[in-house]
Amino acid sequence: MDFRYTESEQTFKDKFETWLSSNTPEGFGKPGYETPGTWEEMAEEYRRFQANLFDAGYAGINFPKSYGGAEGSVMENIIVSELTGPVYFHAMGGCHVISLGLAAPTILAWGNQAQKEEFLPKTLSGQIIWSQGFSEPNAGSDLANLGTKAVKEGDEYIINGQKIWSSFAQVADWCILVCRTDPTVAKHKGLSYFLVDMKSPGIEVRPIMNIAGDPEFNEVFFEDVRVPEAMRVGNEGDGWKVALTTLGHERYLGEVAMVPTFLKEYDELVHLAKKLKLNGRTASKDPIIRQKLAQIYVELSVMRCNGYRNMSKLAKGEMPGPEGSVGKLFWSQLHQRMTEAAIDMLGPYHQLTADSKHTIDNGQWGFYFLRAKGNTIEQGTSEIQKNIIGERVLGLPKDSART
Amino acid sequence: MDFTFSQEQEILRDSARRFVEKECSIDYIKQFVDNKTSFTEEMWRKIAELGWTAVLIPEEYGGLALGFVELAVILEEMGRGPMPGPFISSVVLAGEAIRLAGSPQQKETYLTKMATGELKGTLAWAEPGDLNSLENITFTAHNAGESFTLNGTKIFVPDADMADFIICVAKTEEGTALFLVEKEDPGIEINALHTMDRTMNLCEIVFKDVQVPKNALLGEVGAATPVLRQILNKVNVAYSMDMVGGGRRVLDMGVEYAKTRVQFGQAIGSFQAIKHTCAELLMEVECSRSIVYYAAWAQEQEENEATLNASVAKTFSSDMYRKVTKEVLQILGGIGFSWEHELHIYLKRAKCLGALFGDAVFHRERVARELGY
Repeated sequence: MDFRYTESEQTFKDKFETWLSSNTPEGFGKPGYETPGTWEEMAEEYRRFQANLFDAGYAGINFPKSYGGAEGSVMENIIVSELTGPVYFHAMGGCHVISLGLAAPTILAWGNQAQKEEFLPKTLSGQIIWSQGFSEPNAGSDLANLGTKAVKEGDEYIINGQKIWSSFAQVADWCILVCRTDPTVAKHKGLSYFLVDMKSPGIEVRPIMNIAGDPEFNEVFFEDVRVPEAMRVGNEGDGWKVALTTLGHERYLGEVAMVPTFLKEYDELVHLAKKLKLNGRTASKDPIIRQKLAQIYVELSVMRCNGYRNMSKLAKGEMPGPEGSVGKLFWSQLHQRMTEAAIDMLGPYHQLTADSKHTIDNGQWGFYFLRAKGNTIEQGTSEIQKNIIGERVLGLPKDSART
Repeated sequence: MDFTFSQEQEILRDSARRFVEKECSIDYIKQFVDNKTSFTEEMWRKIAELGWTAVLIPEEYGGLALGFVELAVILEEMGRGPMPGPFISSVVLAGEAIRLAGSPQQKETYLTKMATGELKGTLAWAEPGDLNSLENITFTAHNAGESFTLNGTKIFVPDADMADFIICVAKTEEGTALFLVEKEDPGIEINALHTMDRTMNLCEIVFKDVQVPKNALLGEVGAATPVLRQILNKVNVAYSMDMVGGGRRVLDMGVEYAKTRVQFGQAIGSFQAIKHTCAELLMEVECSRSIVYYAAWAQEQEENEATLNASVAKTFSSDMYRKVTKEVLQILGGIGFSWEHELHIYLKRAKCLGALFGDAVFHRERVARELGY
């Protein structure tokens, strides 16, 4: 057990920090920086940044060189994930999440040679942005209940159905899509996993506005969309297993990249507490505010250590397991507590939006507060995480509805 | 960077777990809280034979010179018992104070014998009033030329009645100082306090004109504050580790019950009201484990890291232990509310360890100050 960077890790970190400081979007991290206004602009920012990252040899640290990766160590992966996290999340709307966190690792784990050669370099270099086609109106927490059909016809599948809550579909080039290929077998066994070109005829994307007024996700309709058999990942019927790999990665890496992003928000929160006046004194001198801020720092420290612990597991060559659910459950609740603390401290000022007179911190706390409400729903609700922990970690029996 | 245990640490954990399971069964701990048995010198000898009393002591004084992480591994297993006794008081409070502040002569005299288990000590810090404040110290050491005269009352001193010597925090004319006092010195009266948690042994000590020689001074006069700061860090990490072990044990108890207790024709663990509680508790316990091991490691790093993370660890793990014991009592139902079931032993220990040397509120404020707001 040793949490210090080794000499070579420190050298790598210094070098990468230097590179990053001259390659982040203009003005990022400085007062007055504003994130791009539209998803198209954020996607463009992401493509530009990712292409540079790729050319500099820092993309896909944990991927083989033959597929455009850097074949670096797990620690180097943590270092790059931590340092790029705030850039991706605060300047690019998290456009990397599905592409680098889900699509690329899944293709590496399950894809055939041709799929790996075709998609991995383009994904790691930001040429392809992926969206995720998992949830459906009648298949949320009960994901295996999904009904979008893929019917084999010659060497193609014909896809019909509807996906929902698909983030980045409005800017994505390709989609990882889970469909039902066999309606006659048990629901988990009849699924298959596909890579689908979003430009295929028959796909329609309709934006959905979230409660913060941001059209971040979409409904995606598929009408007789033709997908070559060569775009199926794994065998027919493997879809659920392939999807589970994807979800495991999502939970592990999400936590590591999220830590510095949250720490940045925390620093901004402390800064706010030092300038706000409350009950006749500076907010940061109010004992209750101090307790709240310190508790948030405590929880952020816990989150960081959890991430290190999980990453050390990966470093030993173990696959992501159900423990990833512990991290997801924790950080999603933590982010809500943190943003609620900000809102409470601001009093009625939290109501003022970015474009309002008298607004504080560009209205970001109201936005964060609202956006954080999605954290306990997206990527598997807290209730689903608790089922996973209860049943697969603690070995408790399933409830009668799901046996 | 590596957050895994070495092979040696894993071996240490295995042996510690076997020892605690053998020597500290549920029957033993129940007899203990019913005052049918008490901590014996024989048990202390067994602990010393394992080398645990020598873990933090430098090799030149006969110690093993291992790190705080190794100690943490032992403490996590002891916390599962929970194993009563003066281990943390002697090894961490007294041993570390001598290691940090003692003269070569004091180290030779005390650490050598503490390593073998011949001597046990403790630290008397808190006084009635604002318990954890150094400003509150009213316990006086008057410089009388060739000797010091000690007067005052200390409370919540762990295991003072079992200790051979006591390190006292005192105020002198020239500043705060530590004194190493033999328990047999005339004028010392030790009274065991009657406590809710019977696994912990807390005492009051009254000093009345106790004369101690000049060489009883541990470190320089006026130099006690930085030493106490480190002791406060270390004892809180030690208690936190004990709480992690205990928390996991209690959770396992609740999960086991939820798997076997049948109501409405089903194991109650299949109901989400119970299952989700267990999942939340696993999150709390495992999160505590992550942060407390980090804090244990940080004790040997830069001082601000050691302080910040000790308080972070104590805050999180004391809230965790309280929550786990409370929720598992609810899962157990009526039996969890009975004296017969062992749950209450952990529930009370959670409250006791959580409150000693600063509760979560105290440590959150300490975090805030460390972070500069």
